[in-house]
Amino acid sequence: MEHKQPLFRIAKRGDISKGRALMIRAAAILLALCTGGLIVMALGHNPMAVYADMARGALGTHTGLRETVKLTVPLLGAAVAIAPAFKMKFWNIGAEGQILVGAIAATYFGLYQVHLPQTALLVAMFLAAAVAGGVWGLIPAAFKAKWGTNETLFTLMLNYIALGMEQYLQNGPWKDPKGTGFPIIAMFAKNARLPKVLGVHVGWIIVLVFMVAMFVYLRYSKQGYEIAVVGESERTARYAGMNVPHIIMRTMFLSGAISGITGFLVAAGADYTLNANTAGGTGFTAITVAWLAGLNPIIMLFIAFFLAILEKGSNTIQTSFKIPASAAEVLTGIILFFMLGCEFFIRYRVIIRGKGESGHEH
Amino acid sequence: MSINFMGMLMAAVLAGAPLLFGVLGEILTEKSGNLNLGVEGMMFMGGVAGLAGSFYYEQSAADPSAVVSALLAMGCAFLCAAFGAFIYSVLTITLRANQNVTGLALTIFGTGFGNFFGEAIGNSTASHYMAVGDVTKAVFNSGIPVLRDLPVVGQLLFSYNFMVYLALAVAGVMAWFFSRTRAGLNLHAVGESPATADAAGINVTRYKYLSTCLGGGICGLGGLYVVMNSASGVGGVWVYNCMNGKGWIAVALVIFATWSPARALLGSLVFGALSIMRFYVPLGIPAQIYDIFPYIATVMVLIAVSLRKKRENQPPESLGLAYFREER
Repeated sequence: MEHKQPLFRIAKRGDISKGRALMIRAAAILLALCTGGLIVMALGHNPMAVYADMARGALGTHTGLRETVKLTVPLLGAAVAIAPAFKMKFWNIGAEGQILVGAIAATYFGLYQVHLPQTALLVAMFLAAAVAGGVWGLIPAAFKAKWGTNETLFTLMLNYIALGMEQYLQNGPWKDPKGTGFPIIAMFAKNARLPKVLGVHVGWIIVLVFMVAMFVYLRYSKQGYEIAVVGESERTARYAGMNVPHIIMRTMFLSGAISGITGFLVAAGADYTLNANTAGGTGFTAITVAWLAGLNPIIMLFIAFFLAILEKGSNTIQTSFKIPASAAEVLTGIILFFMLGCEFFIRYRVIIRGKGESGHEH
Repeated sequence: MSINFMGMLMAAVLAGAPLLFGVLGEILTEKSGNLNLGVEGMMFMGGVAGLAGSFYYEQSAADPSAVVSALLAMGCAFLCAAFGAFIYSVLTITLRANQNVTGLALTIFGTGFGNFFGEAIGNSTASHYMAVGDVTKAVFNSGIPVLRDLPVVGQLLFSYNFMVYLALAVAGVMAWFFSRTRAGLNLHAVGESPATADAAGINVTRYKYLSTCLGGGICGLGGLYVVMNSASGVGGVWVYNCMNGKGWIAVALVIFATWSPARALLGSLVFGALSIMRFYVPLGIPAQIYDIFPYIATVMVLIAVSLRKKRENQPPESLGLAYFREER
């Protein structure tokens, strides 16, 4: 019997030009926006008008742009935090909780140590957040390093435990005594708030510094190299004489610490208080930011900014078109699907039978 | 300290049933080697679609029937969640995307999907809520007629809504399927070693797609349960963010259950009990601390499982890894 080739075959691409890869990705985003447009149309709106309004709301005015940048800060901060963990193939999906405990630690100083001068207070909040977030990342890392405990679920569960702690503090010991009975935490005093630079709290400069530092750290430092080796193959790392448990714990402390600082930036820069929404899903969205950027911190900036536009834009269309603000998550999800899917076409070629190259004999 | 054990047990069953759907769905998925972290998202998708099914049926029918409403709700919930799993399957099986990230994307998408349509459909009504009527609510919240009125055992065994028994039936069928059928054994082979299964002539791709999509549909039924059951307060109406991490607990429970449907029953019951404990066991601690018990328990389970590495308790060998035929 004659062997027929399958209709589709796939083959690994050798090298793909940067321009071509970028075009595939752009096409994926465009397709995703079209898919989102179909949903908008199903709700009886004109997708072009809705998208235009989103863009206008997120970028068109100074206030809007400032809000968008404000939303970019935590996304980028958490994505940069996740980068070293993911490079090590340590699936840290606990950034959400690490952000929250960082914010909790900072809030303690912001509420109860306000007698300090502003700079000293902010530095104390910064350090407290870093240590708290770092420890929250270190716990699952220690168990993973010692006993191989599943880190995906461990870090995930710590998110909910952190949220429970926040809820307890908000409803109990930290409840605003001057509040009207509704359990909220008081607003920070003036000297516990981050100063603004160009209209947005100074956090944007801090995360940009982190971004560049992380880029250099991962690419040019010895520790960054160790992280890459552990990620590629733990066995190789052991043979090379690396102390793998130590590397895992060190990296996760770093990852958690940056997430914790991100929590501090949100509490002291954007919200001036602590609440259940301080992390608000940032930790999860940041994972996809980090992944789509290929764990390259510089590219994360663009993806985080893009997702922030969607988020801010969704708030705008909620008021103007009465479209629920959850549209941001739906759109983000659709874009992620398309972006994840398009990677395949960057790495592989699809060959249709009889076309392209001549068939090889089996 | 007097504890109402009977009441607590019954409440635990009601609280554990949605988890059971989630665990069973994810076990079926993971048996094929796919780690789908999108359970939470699929539960949202199933929940909102099921509620919408009943909602629109009640709107259109002059005299809505409880049975039709329930069947429509289950069908919509199953199909919508299975569709979520299908997206995941295309991306991870055919397009070889990373399973962790794709699952997370599915959770982000599904959570948004549920809240988006829940609110959008609600906005189109006068009351601003997507809520079903008493007919549908009753069928999702009442026990088995006649039997439930039996003394003692009636309360304990027959007073639950039909979905509790459905979950038990799914667990039974899955246990039988995994150990007693050829297809079940093939699925086992696919999850353990797809290359070997492929060489033995098993269609790896088909098994992965089917078990992932069916598993997703089962998770969706769990979402429907959360939306329809009123044991935790309100039922039959869309509540913003109503899944609230139940899907994630289900993912963790799979490890507790060590991929066995029978142990999934026990795990769901224990976690159901933990989640309603504060109403039954007064410990004099704040409610928010009670709320984190299930998560602390999950962490304990994770640590315990990693400490004693028994061979039969291990995940399918290929879990989380994509299968590339060309790279065998």
